[in-house]
Amino acid sequence: MRWFWQRIRANTQSWPGYMAYCAATTSSALLARFYRQGCPDSATPIQDVPLVALDIETTGLDAAQDAIVSIAAVPFTLRRIPLVDRRYWLVRPPSDSLTEQSVVIHHITHSAIEAAPDLMVVLPELLEVLSGRIAVVHYRHMERAFLDAAVRDGLGESLLFPVVDTMGLEAERHRSSLRARLAGFIGRRPTSIRLADSRRRYRLPLYQGHHALGDAIGTAELFQAQIAWRFFRLTPLERLWS
Amino acid sequence: METELVDLRDHLAGHTPFDDVALDLLSDIVSNIEVAYFKAGETILEADQTVDNLCYIRSGAVEVFRRGGQLFDRLGEGDIFGYYSLLRDRRVRYPAQALEDTLIYFIAEADFHRLCEASASFADFVEVGRPMLAATVEAKRKGNDMMVTRVRKLITRPPLLVESTETVQRVAQRMTEARGASALIVDSYTDDPRYTYEDDEGSLWQVRGIVSDSDFRATVVAGGMPPDALIGEVIGPRLYMVQADESVHEAMLCMLRNNVHRVPVMDRRRPIGIVEIADIVRYETSSSVYLVDSIFSRDSPQSLADLLPDVRASFIRLVSDGADSHMVGSALSTIGRSFTRRVLELAEMELGPPPVPYCFMVAGSMARNEQTLVGDQDNALVISDDYDPREHGAYFEALARRASDGLATCGYAYCSGNIMATNPRWRQPLAVWQRYFRYWIDQPTPEGLLHSNVFFDIDSAYGDHTLVEALQELIAARAPTNERFLAAMARNALNRTPPLGFFRDFVMEKDGKHNNSINLKRRGTAPLSDLIRVHALACGSRSQNSFERLADIGRTQLLGPGVGERLAYALEFLTMTRIRHQAEDLEAGRVPDNGVEPESVPATERHNLKQAFQILSNAQKFLAFRYPLPTFRG
Repeated sequence: MRWFWQRIRANTQSWPGYMAYCAATTSSALLARFYRQGCPDSATPIQDVPLVALDIETTGLDAAQDAIVSIAAVPFTLRRIPLVDRRYWLVRPPSDSLTEQSVVIHHITHSAIEAAPDLMVVLPELLEVLSGRIAVVHYRHMERAFLDAAVRDGLGESLLFPVVDTMGLEAERHRSSLRARLAGFIGRRPTSIRLADSRRRYRLPLYQGHHALGDAIGTAELFQAQIAWRFFRLTPLERLWS
Repeated sequence: METELVDLRDHLAGHTPFDDVALDLLSDIVSNIEVAYFKAGETILEADQTVDNLCYIRSGAVEVFRRGGQLFDRLGEGDIFGYYSLLRDRRVRYPAQALEDTLIYFIAEADFHRLCEASASFADFVEVGRPMLAATVEAKRKGNDMMVTRVRKLITRPPLLVESTETVQRVAQRMTEARGASALIVDSYTDDPRYTYEDDEGSLWQVRGIVSDSDFRATVVAGGMPPDALIGEVIGPRLYMVQADESVHEAMLCMLRNNVHRVPVMDRRRPIGIVEIADIVRYETSSSVYLVDSIFSRDSPQSLADLLPDVRASFIRLVSDGADSHMVGSALSTIGRSFTRRVLELAEMELGPPPVPYCFMVAGSMARNEQTLVGDQDNALVISDDYDPREHGAYFEALARRASDGLATCGYAYCSGNIMATNPRWRQPLAVWQRYFRYWIDQPTPEGLLHSNVFFDIDSAYGDHTLVEALQELIAARAPTNERFLAAMARNALNRTPPLGFFRDFVMEKDGKHNNSINLKRRGTAPLSDLIRVHALACGSRSQNSFERLADIGRTQLLGPGVGERLAYALEFLTMTRIRHQAEDLEAGRVPDNGVEPESVPATERHNLKQAFQILSNAQKFLAFRYPLPTFRG
């Protein structure tokens, strides 16, 4: 486990540097514009960091095979989540990767998907919302991996940016703390860190899940709650991002 | 609109006051809200900070405080706060703190004003203009038919007027010619300006009385009067009348209360017609009229008790017809008085006529005409000063026993405080009663008055009403000038206080503690009528009914502008809530009581109840300040 954290720390300490490097080396004008906006310094108190809650729905769990069907982004700060700035896109996945099962989960119909634009059409708008903000996601391996894969497909380049992972913050407490490991040792079932279960621990209301926009709003609320309970408004960004 | 926002919108739409707002507008509003999480203990609104949002509690609980730091309100899911400041100078008056982990939806100021404009019920709730309590009570009043129909509507022709010097034969002929069943007796001799009017020719007349077919049978023929006897000898000494502008309901109650079947209708002092009970029955078939009629045809307490289901049915009917508290209270008091009267008539039939005149006096809610279904008997006997205990004591003891037992049979429980005519202390000649009242008023102590409080609402129910009127006079003349008495009464009026409001399914007390139910009489209507009584005594009012007392108080400078009106709204709302819950209890087959469980109180009603409690609480503070205990001199 330790190697995992060390690797992440090594990575994250250099996020502004990484972004600057990419801005200089990318061959895509679109990505260059995004990277040039950079990201806040790692020492910035979290209360001063412009954030954006990001959630995607996909046709499956494997970024190599499955595709994005919808994206929601809700810019927010530690103080407020203004819904008026919310963005939501339906995206047409390449080929026929939309299965019956994922249709049922996301309540998105085939005809709505047929009419939706390609992710590459939506990408400029998405990057604009993400620019200069730190993305907040629940389980970074979904959002970051799927976006990276899609951009690789479309532009032939990687898209990487720093995120705050609310699931990771829950895991820190409920999976990797000494107490949590002891509980696991004696055979207790690990605490669920899924979005709905994590929200319940902070007494946040139950939202109907599996809709990108609802989950994005839910993630933003969860992050506010995590900071209120476990961190400080002045906690530096580097303690939280990955 | 996106699915997720529909969920948010529907949450709002499920809570008062958003439940009346058009969904399109709500969708707009929701897409514009800002969300924030507050952990338990965190401040949401700080005193004096500038606000530009209405706060909606999506989940959790919030406490709102007064400036002094006392708890002002506790709110839960679906409640709103912050509008008070938004409507004024946008400075926070009442700071707010999260009591539990709380998610707040902030609604923009501009959207708040859109809501106020688009929905009247929203505007009423946040009190743009006037308090919601007033709006609720007024709206109810407008919707009521019987209350607004004036008695003049029932008049179809002018009354037959005959002079008191005409013979009974001539009057009978004139009534036959006019095809009328009744006539008004007038006199050119005038001695009472209240009944005097000027006719078209400019002559002065005074209305003396009313005669009907039944008087010819009962008095003229059965009494063996000669055909040339004067009609003036037929009429009784007392004349009841109603004003043309009074409601049909008032006219009905006047007749029922005084046990007469017809009354002249006056336009100020001029008679414009005669209205009979039958006219009203035709107009508005109301079961309480039939009920009172059948009370007087029963010949034993047991057969009177058989009418109990009818009493309940007519109560439920009144409530579902949308009667206000004044109507329900008067109707039930009239029914109660009719039972009382009939029980005494039956007792007199058994025991023989009374050896000396007496009056059966009722006290408390029946005297105030504010009875509800749940009430025990409070009564007493005031006997003429010719009373000789050795000679007459046994008769009145037996009479009191029969009256009290009879009333208990009819569902009026024995008084736990023994305020009943069966108690020798409360079965005394007028002179003794006058001594009681002088003692209570001149040498007052809060403890002593605690037990005699109920005797400051008194009315006659049967017998020689002048005996009780003498006591009412004494009180009205003596009470206003006695500061110590008023101070003692005021002190007692503060013994029972209202709660702060509701929180989730609990009643919340001022110290933040919770209860599962509230006794609306003990915590609401009773302390309110107590404090109205003190002001009424201070201004020498002779009225017994709380609303009439408030009208009397309103003619003085005792209360600040608008205060009397607010008290009337609060009393109306508290009483109606109590009455409605009793009616619901009855319909559900439960024993009706004064308790109300918060889970059965809808949000709007809670909001109004909280306001009523607040009005009561403020009025109690003023009472303590207005009637301080005078310091001893000498």
